[in-house]
Amino acid sequence: MIRFTHVTKRYPKGGPAIDDVSFHVNRGEFVFLTGPSGAGKSTILKMVYVEERPSAGEVKVAGFSSAAMGAGTVSKLRRRLGVVFQDFRLLEDRTAEQNVAFALEVIGTPESAVAPKVARVLTQVGLAGKSTAFPHELSGGEQQRVAIARALVNDPLVLLADEPTGNLDERATRGVFQLLREINATGTAVMMATHDLSLVKAHRYRTLEMHRGKLVFDSGAEFPASADEFDTAVPGPAPEPALQGRLPLADAERPADAPDAAPADGAAEAP
Amino acid sequence: MNLAVREALRAFQRAPMLSALSVTTIAFSLFAFGLFGLVALNLRNALQQVEERVEVRAFIAEGTLPEAVAAAIGDIAAFPEVQRVEMVSEVQALDRARRELGEFEDVFEAGILPASLEIRIKDGFRDPESVKAIAKRIENYDFIDDIRYGEEWVEKLYRLRTIASAAGVSLGIVFALVAVIIIGSTIRMAVLARSREIRIMRLVGATNGFIRAPFLIEGFLKGLLGGVLALLLTWVTYQFVGQYVVQATYFGGGMAVLGVLVGALIGLLGSAISVGRHLRRV
Ligand SMILES: Nc1ncnc2c1ncn2[C@@H]1O[C@H](COP(=O)(O)OP(=O)(O)O)[C@@H](O)[C@H]1O
Ligand SMILES: [Mg+2]
Repeated sequence: MIRFTHVTKRYPKGGPAIDDVSFHVNRGEFVFLTGPSGAGKSTILKMVYVEERPSAGEVKVAGFSSAAMGAGTVSKLRRRLGVVFQDFRLLEDRTAEQNVAFALEVIGTPESAVAPKVARVLTQVGLAGKSTAFPHELSGGEQQRVAIARALVNDPLVLLADEPTGNLDERATRGVFQLLREINATGTAVMMATHDLSLVKAHRYRTLEMHRGKLVFDSGAEFPASADEFDTAVPGPAPEPALQGRLPLADAERPADAPDAAPADGAAEAP
Repeated sequence: MNLAVREALRAFQRAPMLSALSVTTIAFSLFAFGLFGLVALNLRNALQQVEERVEVRAFIAEGTLPEAVAAAIGDIAAFPEVQRVEMVSEVQALDRARRELGEFEDVFEAGILPASLEIRIKDGFRDPESVKAIAKRIENYDFIDDIRYGEEWVEKLYRLRTIASAAGVSLGIVFALVAVIIIGSTIRMAVLARSREIRIMRLVGATNGFIRAPFLIEGFLKGLLGGVLALLLTWVTYQFVGQYVVQATYFGGGMAVLGVLVGALIGLLGSAISVGRHLRRV
């Protein structure tokens, strides 16, 4: 569903922020993107939601290729993604439900469909009782839940989270992280950039580790890529088959001796 | 679209002063167009009336043989530009002068006014150049002493009309440019004020057209308001002039609607020019 092929990204100044990185992420996967500050985590995510374009190589997401993507295609792709950030990025002059509804209204969702969808995701993130609260009336953790609800309301294929717990205390961090796991359990892939190693170590999710723009470690794809994960060279929305039995295992069901140290670079390349 | 209109209206609330300023400059632009347009319109009407009466008067030298004059009348009547030629004898001239200037009738003595040819010109040849050309040809007859065709004031009226049009158009354009610039900076402020929203809109997949729409609508509405205001201003001016100076003609309904639409177009243009540039920086 997400495939990086020999991707290099150079910003106008300085050396490459991303240096020849290749990996892929399957549907329904939970992936940690780790590494010290400045390693290139945000840049990787930005290339997934096409805030940035690769300088070399190809990024392919949900059948859309970075090699052939006009402005219209970018907005189409983004409707299939959800993105959350460390700083929540809520609109201060709107309530929780208005913030979520905004994401539906601006892509032309019929008015009658908005309210039920908003109510559903606010319940899912545990904020049904605070739907009319303004961001400044909510705690950090609650604000991040609103942002997650907004990211989820269009039923994304993947939720991209750039340091979603970076501004939260430990309790809120645990809550938000638990919510991301629940979302993943419903079949939505989650790609979470974080430098919180305790979080990464406590969970046996796939980990991509960045260092100075290079992918230095990949614990390996959870599932082998199926043939339909990457469509043909023709860009355009891929038909999305139903998720069949590919939900991630709950932690308890995970084999205790799951490999957590596979050899690095290139390990992610599916056969 | 509903949402876009709502957002456009919010922009007025957000920057009322700047919005009012853009509306007023558009109004001034169209007011300048409109005012000079009215002057030009009324001058044209006046000219039309004058033109209908345009005639060339050729004075005949004393002692000219009637046969020569009769031959000339035949020639001149055959000019393609000429509608009618009439001979006014010395006696007729005197009669007419006495009639027209009633109380001064004693001033005129027989023989003081020369006989003349009165030449009326066909419609389409009544502009100063054509009239002048005809007059030149008639002057070629030896027995023509002098020739008059009201050249000065016809030309003056024409020149006045040209000046009024030029002044109106250039002043209007200057105001329109200022309006476009002011609208541009209003858009810049509006984009800045909404930059968070715009970033989120982009993030969740709103199209560029959707993001742009409220700004374009905002410009369009300001232009429309400016147009209506300008119409009001010209109407008030027109009423004032009608009451204290001279009865004049006002625009027809079609012209008025056109003026308001031009205002809307200026507003739309001002937004369209700047919105892309400013959105790129968000
Ligand atoms: N817009 C930008 N312009 C120039 N350099 C940038 C920009 N964004 C990131 N960088 C550089 O790219 C590298 C990777 O940054 P980033 O992806 O933000 O890392 P991380 O999210 O892991 O902290 C850093 O060296 C950073 O300075
Ligand atoms: Mg970062």
